[in-house]
Amino acid sequence: MSIISRGFRGRRREDDDRLPPGQYLVDDFPVLSAGPTPRVPLDRWEFAIDTEAEQTHRWSWAELMALPQETPTVDIHCVTKWSKLGTGWRGVSLDTLFENIETAVEYALVYSYGGYTTNLPLEDLLDGKAWIVHQFDGEELEPRHGGPARLLVPHLYLWKSAKWVRGIRLLEEDWPGFWETAGYHNYGDPWREQRYEGD
Amino acid sequence: MRRLPWRAARLTGLREETDSARTLVFQVPGWPGHLAGQHVDVRLTAEDGYSTQRSYSVAAPFDGDTVELTVERVPDGEVSPYLTEIIEPGDQVEIRGPVGGWFVWRPESRSPVLLVGGGSGIVPLMAMIRARRRAGSRVPFRLLYSLRDPSRRYYAEELRRPDAGLDVGYLYTRAVPDGWPRPAGRILLDDLAESGWPAGFEPECYVCGPTGFVEAAADLLLALGHAPEHIRTERFGPTGG
Repeated sequence: MSIISRGFRGRRREDDDRLPPGQYLVDDFPVLSAGPTPRVPLDRWEFAIDTEAEQTHRWSWAELMALPQETPTVDIHCVTKWSKLGTGWRGVSLDTLFENIETAVEYALVYSYGGYTTNLPLEDLLDGKAWIVHQFDGEELEPRHGGPARLLVPHLYLWKSAKWVRGIRLLEEDWPGFWETAGYHNYGDPWREQRYEGD
Repeated sequence: MRRLPWRAARLTGLREETDSARTLVFQVPGWPGHLAGQHVDVRLTAEDGYSTQRSYSVAAPFDGDTVELTVERVPDGEVSPYLTEIIEPGDQVEIRGPVGGWFVWRPESRSPVLLVGGGSGIVPLMAMIRARRRAGSRVPFRLLYSLRDPSRRYYAEELRRPDAGLDVGYLYTRAVPDGWPRPAGRILLDDLAESGWPAGFEPECYVCGPTGFVEAAADLLLALGHAPEHIRTERFGPTGG
C-alpha cells in the first residue's frame, strides 16, 4: 500500500513495456562515474582475459578491430533511474573473445583503466548477452562514456557495463566489485529492480 | 541482507534557496541514518496508483529522523516541479536509503578536504560542511563553488557565516557581482590552484555538478598532480527532475 503524494499527477510518458520498474526515459545520455575520466592511448590499449589457470589472453586495439564486429541495438538502464531505448553500438561479442578460452569457473571480475571493477556471473557475459564496444551511435565512443572501449551488458544495470574496460579475470568465487562493495546490488537485474544490497 | 524499505516521509519544513531551488525537510520515522554525501530515492505516487522515483543528495548530516533535501526545479521535469512548487508541509512522499558508499565524508577522516561544486552539485558538499561542523572536526576544508551568477547561490547566508577551518571561494561563469576580480568564465587551472590545496597535502577531493563541469574540474585536479584515487566525483545530469 503506497503513500499518496497529494497533488502529484506525473507525466506518464512511462507507459512502455520496455521500461523496467522505477525507471524513466531519457533522450540524452547522462554520465555517471566515480572518479576522473581516464585517457587511454590506443597504441597502449589492450584487453585481457585471465583464466583460473593464470593464462592470459591479450588483444591489442588492432587485434580487437580485426575480429568480427557486431552492431547491437539495445535498451540500457542506469540504476540512477534513467533508461535509454534503442541505443546503437558497435563492437565484438564476448562469445568471440571467449572462443578459445578454457575455463570451468563461474565468476568474472571485470576491471578497467582507472581502477574500476565490477563482478558478474560468467554466464551473463556469454550467449550473445555482452560485447566490448567502441562505437556509440555511429561515432567513436567518447572517453566520458567509456571510450576507447567499454563492456556492454545491457540486461543488467549499466554500472555492470564497465567503462574503459581493460580485462576480465575469471574466478572460482564471486568477488564483489566497486559499487557492489559500496551498497549496490551484487547482480543488478533491472527487471527485478535489484538496485541496492538486499533488493 | 534486508531490503532497504520505502519509508513514509512527511514534509515538516521548507526553505527557498533561490528562485528555482528549495530545501525540503522531511520527517522519516525509522530513518537508519546516513553519511554526508549519500543520496536517497524519493517516490511519488498519484491517487490512481501511478508512481515514479528520482534520486536526490541529502543536504544535511544525520539528525534523528530528519532528512533534508535541496531540489532544483528542472524545466519540464516530472518530480522536481512537484517538490519545488506543489508540495506543502504535512504532505507525504516515500523515501528509501541511504544509498552510495563512495562519495561520502566521514567525520573521523583526518585528511584535508577540497570540495568543488558546480550549481546544484553543492548539495552533498554542503552536507559534508555541516557534518564537519556538527562533529567539531578541525580538518581543514576548502570549498570552490561555481555558479552561473550570484542569484543562483544555495545556502548563501550560512556559507557567509564564519566557520573556523572552512574557506569558501566562488566563481561565476556568466555574470559576476560588481567589482568582482575574476571575470565570468568556466573553471580554470588557476582557480583550483588558488582555491584548492597543493597536491602534496594529499587532500581528499570531492567534485560534484553537471557532467561537463565535473569532467573539467577532475581533469584540472589531475593536471595539478592530485592522484585519481583521491578525486571522488558525482555527476548530476541535466535530465531527470
